[in-house]
Amino acid sequence: MIHCEDVLKSFGDKNVLNGINLDIEEGQIFGLLGPSGAGKTTLIKILTNQLIFDSGNVKVMGKPVNKLTGEDKKKIGIMMDSFGLYERLSCNDNLKIFADIYGISHSCISEILNYVGLGEAGKRAASKLSKGMQARLKLARVFMHNPKIIFLDEPTSGLDPQSMKAIHKLILEKKNMGCTIFLTTHNMEEAAALCDNVALLNEGRIVECGVPEEICRKYNHQKTLSMHLASGEEIELPHNKEAAEKIFELLKKGMVETIHSSEPNLETVFLEITGRKLEEA
Amino acid sequence: MRNSLIIIKKQLKDTLKNRTILIQFILFPIMTLVMENAIRIEGMPELFFTKLFSVMYIGMAPLTSVAAIISEEKEKNTLRVMMMANVKPLQYLLGVGIYVWTICMIGAGVMATGFRGRDILTYMCFMGVGFVISIVAGACVGIFSTSQMSATSLVMPAMMVLSFAPMLSMFNERIARISQIFYTQQLRICLDTLSLDSIEKETYIVMAVNIVILMVLFCITYKHKGLE
Repeated sequence: MIHCEDVLKSFGDKNVLNGINLDIEEGQIFGLLGPSGAGKTTLIKILTNQLIFDSGNVKVMGKPVNKLTGEDKKKIGIMMDSFGLYERLSCNDNLKIFADIYGISHSCISEILNYVGLGEAGKRAASKLSKGMQARLKLARVFMHNPKIIFLDEPTSGLDPQSMKAIHKLILEKKNMGCTIFLTTHNMEEAAALCDNVALLNEGRIVECGVPEEICRKYNHQKTLSMHLASGEEIELPHNKEAAEKIFELLKKGMVETIHSSEPNLETVFLEITGRKLEEA
Repeated sequence: MRNSLIIIKKQLKDTLKNRTILIQFILFPIMTLVMENAIRIEGMPELFFTKLFSVMYIGMAPLTSVAAIISEEKEKNTLRVMMMANVKPLQYLLGVGIYVWTICMIGAGVMATGFRGRDILTYMCFMGVGFVISIVAGACVGIFSTSQMSATSLVMPAMMVLSFAPMLSMFNERIARISQIFYTQQLRICLDTLSLDSIEKETYIVMAVNIVILMVLFCITYKHKGLE
């Protein structure tokens, strides 16, 4: 569905993307993770033909991205962090403009507003909505024409946990409906919760790519189990026969309160590979 | 054309909620009606305020509103959303241009209530031409600017010159000579005579030069800056 091959992009002397290779299959959620300034927004702009790349090959829906027709563009939905709303207009009017552009009946507007949880806010001016509600209105604008591919640039950036959760639910529902979703984030929990595949981007290079769980397993060098015992003691055991016997004994005696394996999360994998934190400014 | 009509519809809804733009459209028509009915001075030319405010209306309303509309959409990135939804830049510009022109023509219609018969048509023709030129000038500023703030700082001096030079030229010979190079001054002369037959060759030349300069400026700005 989305194909990138050796994509290079520089601004002046600064190389922002250095040979990006990606293949995203239909119906999956692909997450591009990286700290601020890693090149995530530049890549999403290239994939949506908002920015011309220096060299390489980018195909969306099997066509070179700069050859997409008007009809092709109608199969794509884009939500960028910077994309605004018509603030003086109501939620209904904001969506009516795009319903007209996409040639969709106005009757679907209340349906889509209900879907994103803004059913009661249809007549409210967009400027009067909270940040989370504005994000949901932007999502409604993206979803309303049922696109095949959805690009989401930091869709939950700056939102409270409740709004974040509501948006995650909407994204997963869209995936279940067969949409291909490309999202950028610097939130590894979000990536782990939503994405079938992720790529870790650092200074314009993809440093790791794959299924989140597999990546975490791959970087599980410690291979230990940590336990919190009823006595309050914390113990760490290696993956071996002796440790297994000890765990069995402790469990049998009912002394184990919690038990955790030591595999890293995406944050620690990123830190190990790059020496940087994902949420670093 | 369908997308341009959508833009027109959107602008209509937006203007009703945007006092800054709304005032631009209704200020001079209302002032004309009030002044023409409230002030009577011995020896004052017929429809003096109508003609005076008409030129100011040409130089102000379309210029500032088009620049404000385009620059606001650029600043808030709503224009980019439009482009991503496959609205072509020229469809957008056409939509904004037609909308502003129509609203200004309605305003001119209100201002034309003092005229009679054929004069109304002639007056509307002059106003229509003036609005088109000012819309192109406003589009140049809107395309060039990245924010409303920068658009305002560019549009203010242009607006002051185009609107006030024709008025000041009534009182100062030197200003009158300089302001002859502007289309608004030529339109003021046309509105004074209000006859298509009496338009002088100089007026045609100045108007044509103004149009050509603005069109070239528009093409250059659009080529370099685009709409995004």
